Amino acid sequence: MQTEIAHPLDVYLRETGIHNIWCTGCGNGILLNSFATALKELDFDLDKIVVVSGIGCIGRIAGYINADSFHTTHGRPIPFATGVKLANPELKVVVISGDGDLFAIGGNHFIHAARRNVDIKVICANNFNYGMTGGQQGPTTPLNVSTVTTPYGNIEHPFNLVHLAAGSGAVYVARWTTLHVRRLTESIKKALQKQGFSFIEVIAQCPEIYGKSTKMGNAIDFMNWFKKASEVQTFSDPAKAEVTRERIPVGEFVDIEKPTYEKLLREKIVQVENRTRGGT
Amino acid sequence: MGTQLLETKKLWRKPLDTEKIKLPEAEICIIKDRCKGCGYCIQFCPREVLEESKEINARGVHPPRVKDSSKCALCGFCTAICPDFAIFVAEKTSEKKEAEKDEHRE
Amino acid sequence: MSTENRALLTGKHFLSGDLACAEGALAAGCRFFAGYPITPATEIAERMARRLPQIGATYIQMEDEIASIAAVIGASYAGLKAMTATSGPGFSLMQENIGLAVMTETPCVLVDVMRGGPSTGQPTMASQQDVMQAKWGSHGDYEIIALAPSSVQEAFDLTIEAFNCAETYRVPVMVMMDAIVGHMWEKVIIPSEDNIKIVNRKKPSVPPKEYMPFKPEQNLVPPMAVFGEGYRFHATGLTHDEDGGPRTESIRVQRKLVQRLCDKIRENSDKIVRTKGTMMEDAEIAVVAYGIESRAALSAVRKARADGIKAGLLRLVTLWPFPEESVAEIAKNVKTIVVPEMNYGQLVREVERAAKATPVTFLPKLGEEPHRPEEILEAIKGGTM
Repeated sequence: MQTEIAHPLDVYLRETGIHNIWCTGCGNGILLNSFATALKELDFDLDKIVVVSGIGCIGRIAGYINADSFHTTHGRPIPFATGVKLANPELKVVVISGDGDLFAIGGNHFIHAARRNVDIKVICANNFNYGMTGGQQGPTTPLNVSTVTTPYGNIEHPFNLVHLAAGSGAVYVARWTTLHVRRLTESIKKALQKQGFSFIEVIAQCPEIYGKSTKMGNAIDFMNWFKKASEVQTFSDPAKAEVTRERIPVGEFVDIEKPTYEKLLREKIVQVENRTRGGT
Repeated sequence: MGTQLLETKKLWRKPLDTEKIKLPEAEICIIKDRCKGCGYCIQFCPREVLEESKEINARGVHPPRVKDSSKCALCGFCTAICPDFAIFVAEKTSEKKEAEKDEHRE
Repeated sequence: MSTENRALLTGKHFLSGDLACAEGALAAGCRFFAGYPITPATEIAERMARRLPQIGATYIQMEDEIASIAAVIGASYAGLKAMTATSGPGFSLMQENIGLAVMTETPCVLVDVMRGGPSTGQPTMASQQDVMQAKWGSHGDYEIIALAPSSVQEAFDLTIEAFNCAETYRVPVMVMMDAIVGHMWEKVIIPSEDNIKIVNRKKPSVPPKEYMPFKPEQNLVPPMAVFGEGYRFHATGLTHDEDGGPRTESIRVQRKLVQRLCDKIRENSDKIVRTKGTMMEDAEIAVVAYGIESRAALSAVRKARADGIKAGLLRLVTLWPFPEESVAEIAKNVKTIVVPEMNYGQLVREVERAAKATPVTFLPKLGEEPHRPEEILEAIKGGTM
């Protein structure tokens, strides 16, 4: 048996990351690649990053990255990440989870962390369904699509996640598909270096489950859809950035500065400490 | 080496420093048993350097094989798009080039 | 109080149970609180909101109780002693993540100031209706530690004990305080630093490359690395092996893990369980009680003795793991056991189980008031017949 050649990104992965549970052509694998590339290009100190994930196929990613990591209960990576960050602000805390985990069960936590501008990075692998459990509808499933729990067609309007994030107060909002690997890597690097709640939506293909259920063809057909439908925008209106069959607006939508929760907390503590020291 | 690539395009004049420019040689490493057979690298390589091989790997799929490494422009897209860390490109080191020359001589 | 910048307020104080609990947490080294307002636990959050910034530590009001316990687990994994406080409805919301804390062996403290239930119930009325939930509220087989203060001083002392147990056994510890203890005001003595025993989690003794995050030591507890120290470990709520990696398909791993998580409490219960016996040496009738009920019970036992009845009180300080041995022991020597509770039959079931053949008289009480000593005395007298 030939000894395996080492891939330049292997150092960013645990062994399980290479022998992972993801299907052929799964967008999660590309996201992992993009994330590891970003860490490499920033020469990021792996001792200073914590990766937190929720439940779903993408949830396994925390176990695949060679860094401190935690796999929470469904929907709860964001409040867990908030606790980590506030307990040790020196750490870079990244949440990587799925559309259902972050926006259905976890929706409340998302909007509040964004509102507070906690300095965590949230990367959402949006594959339009609950892949792990067999392809049920999710909060981003497009209208009329047939899934295992919308066998007659989905009657729910999906979220426009970019708009939701921007409206909740995120200071950096971007969306890319897994085809836009290099721009995704750039956005991840930007988010890692930015202060404040940063959100990146990654449109990820789920060829084996969502693809089959919606007859999108194979993995390559899925990617070709990304190629055809994507429209690169530059800071266009998040409200108009809905994803449809015909049009996937990608790009950066928000990049602003706002005092982070940690900064305001630190300032407040100094204020209080001075006051109590000064008092009798 | 440089002229090989330039011949693929019709130019109205030959650049003055054609002979001087040495384009890097690509080394395309395929870690065969990691491949899950998605086909992204083959499909999206801008130079059509890769094709599906006939062999079957440990995962039961056909990993890619290099059709013509001289066409590779080291763009790195295959490296970036692979979901399974099964392929990467690197510039062939001078040691490697020497080693290959020795192989040919033997 | 607004000029305090010390974590430990050594001295004599007049406080409520809630406030004493908060001060106990600070004395134990708690430097992170995440909570949500809920009667009658809100005062704990308010005290922490005021005191934590004074000592440079973090208070955050989260968007709900689920977020609160999740943040507490995160903060604990990042190295801080962390706590949350709630009441019945919030306790119910937290159950899933209590399971996560158990599964990931997260040291943390959770205070439940018990009010009338079920559901929204009687927010401003006390009860002891959550005591079974403390042990059985989350799904799956697991063990936790639960303590029941019966005085404001104990609210202070047992909160420190809770943190010590949490750090020793890497488990969530519940402080089950009925709302009467939570809201009543009594004298509290906060000792000096030398007189307080603090336990901190055991750190790994091996370098990162050799570290197995869930490999236990002799006492069945794994040493705990925290984020940011170079250990690069993984923790998950999935069934996992000693290296932290998920092994959802392995029967052997599931068996080994679940048994160890339970055994680490069960086999150490002799070190964890605390009870207090009063006049039990020659008792013929025992009252087994906890929390505010034990105060009324003590009064009843004294009255009974004055009337010539050999009554005694076994006060449960630890509710879980249940003090089976202590109860079994007294059951051998007494004719009958009386259990007054501010609920419709919870811990009495455990008493019956441990007492075996010895008859147990249950005194239920729903709706705010604890038993009056006379009611318990009547039951004691009934037992002499």
